[in-house]
Amino acid sequence: MISIVGFIAFILLAPVIGGLVSGIDRKITAHMQGRVGPSILQPFYDVGKLFEKEMTVANDTQRFYVISYFIFMVFTGALFFAGGDILLVIFALTLAQIFLVLGAYSANSPYSHVGAERELIQIMSYEPMVILAAVGMYVVTKSFNVGTIVSYTQPLVLFLPGIFIGFIYILTIKLRKSPFDISTSHHAHQEIVKGVTTEFSGPTLGLVEVTHWYETVLLLGFVYLFFAFNPVIAIIAVILVYILELLIDNASARVKWQLAMKSSWGIAAIVGVVNLAVLYYIGMG
Amino acid sequence: MLLARKEQERNWIVKLSALGIGAVTVMLLVILGDKGTIYYSFSAESIGFLMFFIEMVIAVFILYLGIKYKNYLVISLILIQSALMLYFEVFYAHTIDVKYSLFIDQFSIIMALIIGIIGSLICVYALGYMKDFHEHHKELPDRRNIFFFVMFVFISAMFGLVFSNNLLWVLFFWEITTLCSFLLIGYTKTEEATNNAFTALWMNMLGGVAFVVAILYLASQAGGVMGLGEVLVSGKAIVLIPVVLIGFAGLTKAAQLPFSSWLVGAMVAPTPVSALLHSSTMVKAGVYILVRLAPIFQATFSGYVLAFIGALTFLLASAIAISQSNAKRVLAYSTIANLGLIVACAGIGTSEAIWAAVLLIIFHAISKSLLFLSVGTVEHRIESRDIEDMNGLIARMPKIAAVMVIGIAGMFLAPFGMLISKWAAIQAFIDAPFGFIFVIIIAFGSALTLFFWAKWMGRLLVIIPKQENLEKSIDSNIWIALISLAGLTAITCFIFPVISSTLIEPFLLQTYGSAAGLSQDNIIIMIMMLFMIVLLPLSILLPSRKHRHLTPYMGGMTTNADMSYYGAIGLKREMKLSNYYISPWFGEVKLQTLGIYICTGLIGIMFVMAAYAGVII
Repeated sequence: MISIVGFIAFILLAPVIGGLVSGIDRKITAHMQGRVGPSILQPFYDVGKLFEKEMTVANDTQRFYVISYFIFMVFTGALFFAGGDILLVIFALTLAQIFLVLGAYSANSPYSHVGAERELIQIMSYEPMVILAAVGMYVVTKSFNVGTIVSYTQPLVLFLPGIFIGFIYILTIKLRKSPFDISTSHHAHQEIVKGVTTEFSGPTLGLVEVTHWYETVLLLGFVYLFFAFNPVIAIIAVILVYILELLIDNASARVKWQLAMKSSWGIAAIVGVVNLAVLYYIGMG
Repeated sequence: MLLARKEQERNWIVKLSALGIGAVTVMLLVILGDKGTIYYSFSAESIGFLMFFIEMVIAVFILYLGIKYKNYLVISLILIQSALMLYFEVFYAHTIDVKYSLFIDQFSIIMALIIGIIGSLICVYALGYMKDFHEHHKELPDRRNIFFFVMFVFISAMFGLVFSNNLLWVLFFWEITTLCSFLLIGYTKTEEATNNAFTALWMNMLGGVAFVVAILYLASQAGGVMGLGEVLVSGKAIVLIPVVLIGFAGLTKAAQLPFSSWLVGAMVAPTPVSALLHSSTMVKAGVYILVRLAPIFQATFSGYVLAFIGALTFLLASAIAISQSNAKRVLAYSTIANLGLIVACAGIGTSEAIWAAVLLIIFHAISKSLLFLSVGTVEHRIESRDIEDMNGLIARMPKIAAVMVIGIAGMFLAPFGMLISKWAAIQAFIDAPFGFIFVIIIAFGSALTLFFWAKWMGRLLVIIPKQENLEKSIDSNIWIALISLAGLTAITCFIFPVISSTLIEPFLLQTYGSAAGLSQDNIIIMIMMLFMIVLLPLSILLPSRKHRHLTPYMGGMTTNADMSYYGAIGLKREMKLSNYYISPWFGEVKLQTLGIYICTGLIGIMFVMAAYAGVII
């Protein structure tokens, strides 16, 4: 069931799409704030410049962690777009994320340390909801394979409305948007400097940035699955969801990690349990 | 071994026995691995009498201890248990005829391999550790001869347990493991050790009493069915009550809530004891019997309640582990949590669930013993078992830290063992009735486990330059055990499809008529990931661009490489970082009390439901 085309296409195209999404993101954000904003190619210029900078590190192991973070993120996304097992995708995503956290820990720096702890809290906050989303999809389609889920002919979102809302909620965490950009953020107003990425600079920071592009495409792919019965509707839905995230990002202030954790667990527990219970009750399980 | 008072002699005896036990278990696998279930008959009468005699000697010994330490709970429990045993011996023993007292099947072989290989490695490790231990604790009497004797008795009793078909024999070995763990936990004879040993004793004896009641019930009500194999093929209505009683005994031994405190208290014992209790013996005896009886639990209400107790224990113990900074306590709570997951699988009892349970037993035993042994080694070097004191261990003790990282990764990361098992558990639960409740609990529980493991791992991997290496004085026996276990952690991940197809699946086919497994695609992908993880650390060795080392950012403050700086009025200050423990949410007392109340209630419900199903229907 593994499609090699999907695998390779993701590896080649995801950074382009991810970079463009990031550029459009900045443009729309600027317009929301009444600014003109940079060119939509600006993220590519930024990353290009980062790669030209001098390589400075806090220690030699950092490079290993960032490379592992990058490789496993690419692998995770490629596995998803190749139609692999969605649970395995989630586990591989966690593995990639842990490498970034370890890189932040290894630096022995107060800012990246706090960032690492917060990043772990964020992972702990969103993980249950992501697993429940996969479980919900399994209950409806009887398969964990992305390939099978995507070819399901009815709109998944109608069966999983609660889980969809819960997923959108934690998507804010994953995209590093306000109010949940507590471990690091795209903006320069973070109280812990740049959190997990504080001690990465030049080429290593560039690689972290590119990895985030891959991750964004993977996450949008996840959203796509809820609407996969019709590709046109699905793409429109993905765009709308992303714009919604931008609106939330610009309209809200950063919250404390306690609230982020409590609310995402609360929502996952409520919508996950209710949605799954209803599915079982109507006999899908 | 009792007589071997010289260190040299003891070293050889222990090493040779360990090697012997390991070799025999591997031979067992080679010879009987594909033979299916084989029963062995014995003239059980004389052995049965001998066992009864030993049991009474043990009872008198425990009674003596109970009186000596004025522990009335233990006294009353042992009196009840002995009275019941005597009653059984007088009225029913002659009516029982178990044709086959011993048996062997694939599951027994898996257990034997775990006990034989990991148990022996722990004993080898103990040689080095106990030498250090008595150098560190000069005030304690050196009773190492008794220590090693009890360790081996313990391992033998475990072998007996997994090969016994006769439930009376199972009970006999069951009681011996209880006694051995009591003796080992109380080894140092300090006040704390004695108290905790008695906690372990009374909790496990409660299970023992339930076991005896189950046997009496089988003898009087169920027509004297006394073989494990026969119990499984008897109707659920007949054997459900005794099976639930034995299941209760399994819960006490597997330290599930509300009985979790004995295993946490057992941490006062020397580290090899903790490793043995947690990985290959004792708690594994509890889950072994539950997995054996799983076909009876399957699709009964009592089974679901049992599974729920396990799942709740998993969730609460994982949460408590977040608030702990003592490495051994973190490991203890993680053991309790993982056992909870196994209990949940056993309670569900479908063939997929049992597949997951057996994988959990295997992988947990390896990773957990590795972690205990490395924590013990570190403790003797840095004089602390606190995770905060292990800050930057990778610079001070690079090899031990690497071994520990392998162990931790084995506990929670893809593509290592415990994650494979958790994944299997999710897939098993999702298709079971009421399964979605358990899937939700796993989803939340594994997020908690991720947090406490990752923050520990991060602490170990902090790079603090210019540290002194503390590894040189480590005994060679310790290295043998640690390196073998680290190797096993990685190798079992590579060969688990083989273990599954040659041992677990035949066992399931025989018990259920169907087998479970992961799909071929997923196994290939996991193995690819494993290769990537093994190869990626080599990237450090690759030549890289010229790069410059800078000290971390400290808000503009000038710092040295050791992260010290000059604060107000020119005082030199050191920067210190520590992990989040979030005790207001995950505090031990709060969650444990909650768990004790809920799970005690659930155990009550389990019994009521079993009685309802067994007596009325």
